[in-house]
Amino acid sequence: MFPVLHLLAKKLGTSLIVLFGVSLLIFAIARIIPGDPARIALGPNATAEAVEALRVRLHLDAPFIEQYGYFIGNLLRGDLGISLYTNRPVTADIAQFLPATLELVIVSGIMMVLLGVPLGVLSARFRGTVVDHVIRLITLLGVSAPGFVWAVILMLVFAYYLPIFPIAGRIADSFTIAPVTGFLLLDTLLAGRPDAFVDALSHLILPAFALALSGIGQAARLVRSNMVETYDKPYIEMAQAYGFPEKRISRKYAFRPSMIPSLTIIGLDFAAMLGNAFLIEAVYAWPGLSRYGVAVVLRKDLNAIIGTVLIISAMFLIVNLVVDLLVSVINPKIRLARGKA
Amino acid sequence: MSKTLFVLVRNPLSLIGLMLVALVVFSAVFADFIVPFPEHQGAVVDFLNFNKAPEWPYIFGTDLVGRDLFTRIIYAYRVSLILGIVVLAIAVPVGVAIGLAAGYLGGWTEYVLMRITDVFLSIPPLVLAMSMMGLLEPTLTNGMIAVTAMWWPWYTRLVYNLARSEKEEGYVLAAEVIGASRLHIMFREILPNCVPSILTKMTLDFGFVILIASSLSFLGLGVQPPTPDLGSMVAEGAKYLPDSWWLTVFPGLAILIAVFGFNLIGDALREILGVDQ
Repeated sequence: MFPVLHLLAKKLGTSLIVLFGVSLLIFAIARIIPGDPARIALGPNATAEAVEALRVRLHLDAPFIEQYGYFIGNLLRGDLGISLYTNRPVTADIAQFLPATLELVIVSGIMMVLLGVPLGVLSARFRGTVVDHVIRLITLLGVSAPGFVWAVILMLVFAYYLPIFPIAGRIADSFTIAPVTGFLLLDTLLAGRPDAFVDALSHLILPAFALALSGIGQAARLVRSNMVETYDKPYIEMAQAYGFPEKRISRKYAFRPSMIPSLTIIGLDFAAMLGNAFLIEAVYAWPGLSRYGVAVVLRKDLNAIIGTVLIISAMFLIVNLVVDLLVSVINPKIRLARGKA
Repeated sequence: MSKTLFVLVRNPLSLIGLMLVALVVFSAVFADFIVPFPEHQGAVVDFLNFNKAPEWPYIFGTDLVGRDLFTRIIYAYRVSLILGIVVLAIAVPVGVAIGLAAGYLGGWTEYVLMRITDVFLSIPPLVLAMSMMGLLEPTLTNGMIAVTAMWWPWYTRLVYNLARSEKEEGYVLAAEVIGASRLHIMFREILPNCVPSILTKMTLDFGFVILIASSLSFLGLGVQPPTPDLGSMVAEGAKYLPDSWWLTVFPGLAILIAVFGFNLIGDALREILGVDQ
């Protein structure tokens, strides 16, 4: 396992450098823009003295580098400042809204892998046949519309015309579940309320599927093209010449090598979901980070914007680290390269 | 070139793609001659005909102030296409140049440029564009800036990987041996070999730029009314589901058709030109 750990340490180092860069970038964007954040926060009726006092309190009068220094200092102590919109610490706001978004994204990610990968495998195994064409057409449609279009269409069909799923929200109002983890699927189980769990799940399915659709399409297309490429390799031909069953060839010889390049991109798609969740949450009134994010963006609430972007980027980098780890476990070239890495 | 076009026309899927894109481009360019109510692209109010279900002459119905939805969708295509052209016209050269430099020059240049690219890539596209849009004023120009800012890194990564493998090829070594300048090697030797990949990605991206721009305006951070925009039409109409379904379904399908068309062509190009993802 030594080379894997070595690789992980290296990737972790790079991720930290990138995260530092993200903080600098978003901080710079937030400071370069025209308009005085203090004035925006206090509104047009505030006195000049009050605005000046807030400017001093937020260190807006200091030079850029010094401001950034204050920001990083606070950040290392886990302090992202006060949101000028909710008047609460940004970390508290994020802690409140993030679990709902994460729950949505994680379930979508699971759907993406469980549906997208098998569709891609199927498409590759029956390449050139009707099955392949149908799957390719469907998956291409999946990536060809933004999540909010699918969200609206799914809602129209499966919540209004065929009232199978609830229209919006996270759980029926009649349930009061004490937040422990913030993940309702877990909290309802912890509270010993299977009825509430089913209700929360039924609220989750439509938004998660709408969010997953483009990811399912991407994953299927990617797995297909990587697997089709693998099918051209001589060792597959040899396996076919030996008369191995098609199923075994597909699973053992074509699938695994194809997953190595596919996984990295699926990781990227998973991260893109963190952004696209904003669209889905808006349609289904999902009480996640999105409504908060859009609200603070529209109000130019600098601390909250910086905090939200940083948290989302950190999630992205974590996902990528996990994917890199998975790839190195799957890939024998990395896993077995003792001492060489 | 003509061979590529021939293959594109022969494949039924890419032919559909070509026809869809041609339809979108044609209607956007000649919008003034096609739409039944050209004045409805702006701030017009016709309360006698507001919120009408599809019926002649309003084939897609009318919106909440009585404007013809079909007219507004066609004009929205025009806005989307302009946005796509401008974004790619800036993002592609910038991204390609940085990718070439990082991939060919290597060393510190590579490390610094690629870490900067990583920074941009590690913020989900929509979130980056959204925060920029919120901090700037939501206008069409700023929308282009925000989308461009998130788009160039993808070309940098693409060209970087290509350039890194190309620079080991014989023809690059040969050019180095006869003393060609670095600029010559980057832009005259390596770049032409990256063109198929870049073109394929541009075709696919044209659709995705439309998709992201409509997502921004869906969140209220894009083109502002009364300029017609597919994303804000869906957002506006979603409040009146399920009764006024046409307000969301037609603009939504309009996005789907345009992006689908570009994807079909891009997909076919990828296969014809033998380009990896």
